Amino acid sequence: MVKTNEKLIVKGKRLDGRAIEDLRPVKMDVDVIERADGSAQVAFGNTETIVSVYGPRKLYPRFLQKSDTGILRCRYNMAPFSVEDRKRPGPGRRSIEISKVTRLALEPATFLTDFPKTVVDVFIEVLRGDGSTRVAGVNAASIALATAGVPMRDLVVACSVGKIDGKLVVDLNGLEDNNSEADIAFAIMPSKEKVTLLQMDGRLTKEELFESLDLAKKTCKKIYEMQKSALKESFKD
Amino acid sequence: MENYASNLLLSGKRIDNRKLDEFREIEIKQGIIDKAEGSAMVKLGKTKILAGVKIGLGTPFPDTPNEGMLIVNAEFTPLASPDFESGPPGEDATELARVVDRGIRESKCIDLKKLCKTPREMVLCVFVDIHIINHDGNLIDCAFLASLAALMDTKIPKIKDDRIVRGKFEKDLPVLYKPIEVTVCKVDDKFVLDPMFKEEAVIESKLTVCVRDDEKICALQKQGSKELTMDDIKKMIEIAIDKSKELRKLFER
Repeated sequence: MVKTNEKLIVKGKRLDGRAIEDLRPVKMDVDVIERADGSAQVAFGNTETIVSVYGPRKLYPRFLQKSDTGILRCRYNMAPFSVEDRKRPGPGRRSIEISKVTRLALEPATFLTDFPKTVVDVFIEVLRGDGSTRVAGVNAASIALATAGVPMRDLVVACSVGKIDGKLVVDLNGLEDNNSEADIAFAIMPSKEKVTLLQMDGRLTKEELFESLDLAKKTCKKIYEMQKSALKESFKD
Repeated sequence: MENYASNLLLSGKRIDNRKLDEFREIEIKQGIIDKAEGSAMVKLGKTKILAGVKIGLGTPFPDTPNEGMLIVNAEFTPLASPDFESGPPGEDATELARVVDRGIRESKCIDLKKLCKTPREMVLCVFVDIHIINHDGNLIDCAFLASLAALMDTKIPKIKDDRIVRGKFEKDLPVLYKPIEVTVCKVDDKFVLDPMFKEEAVIESKLTVCVRDDEKICALQKQGSKELTMDDIKKMIEIAIDKSKELRKLFER
């Protein structure tokens, strides 16, 4: 983690040249893992995640099965080499919490009651971490679920919003994240504007918070279009 | 797992006749564990949570060489509920600890800079350990009250020759703010505060909001398997801000 006392916004531009409402270059690919039922790779600048989805498949051990619905399991994991100081392998407290909120972010979009006694497994690996990894994970997981053919109400689209140098910005990179006054992880099902993930830490007034939520919603609509075109692209030939 | 209390809640009523936005009776007892540098037991109706603060010495994180450390941990001890199992903290205990941690850390209610002894070498570590004694719902709000009460009760021990002298104290831990976490729950189209364990059966989504004395929002955590609309979120935040003012009075004397 790098702390800096330098200004993060100079003449309306962020240190990587972006305007405050600009995303980093986004790359989305689907069907990147042949063995998986669905998979996707999503990069926001230097943050890169790869996700595979297995299922709906029979859930074992059997006592975990639910007779009236299928269940969703998520595992968010950071590769040890994805960050500056090696991340100790294995689930830490942060990964456990993120795995949980990711599952809850995706669950409302799925129709798992059609698949009793089954499980849908979502495995998220962060290959390169440079801020906003959990939302990149959600974005990738959402299109991976779609390519796996899991019936969904809508795609789940996520983005981060934060406050740096007194201004609200979207898609924080690692440096901005470490030096932010506040940051928010947000996910929404855009067609009906249903929010499925909301986490925030920092210090914001109510007005700033409401403004950042609206900004997050607006940004998610942009990412939604990218997700849709990534999916369309995969069915082209 | 629906039951009489939860079905009643669906019709907008509560089994103990409370209003939807009314908390159960809160009792705070500080200084009950004499070996801990600070402690508090908070009873929220029948929910009982014990928080203890221990102070230790340690090497600071490289990126914050002149700040003390804050470590919050929660144990869902199996004695508190038939649903809790022994073993390492599970998903819910981890989430609770991290949400409480975030509230304390991000509100900057403890001045960690004042806990530095030698930059880069030695700082004080504040360990907040939360034990659930009886689970009757609304664990996060209760755990946060217990943690804050315990921190406000904490005394910094004397340090001699780079060692802590137990039982001798220098001064009180500087607590600058009194942040409050309020979890607003949504049932159908109604917002409910402080649900009991039985009522939690029908709650599908919740939002925990941490509000500081100056009404700044310091942490948010959406929970539950159902979505929220933008309007829901805004209303829930307003409700939490209002309630936090009332709960903060518990700490004014």
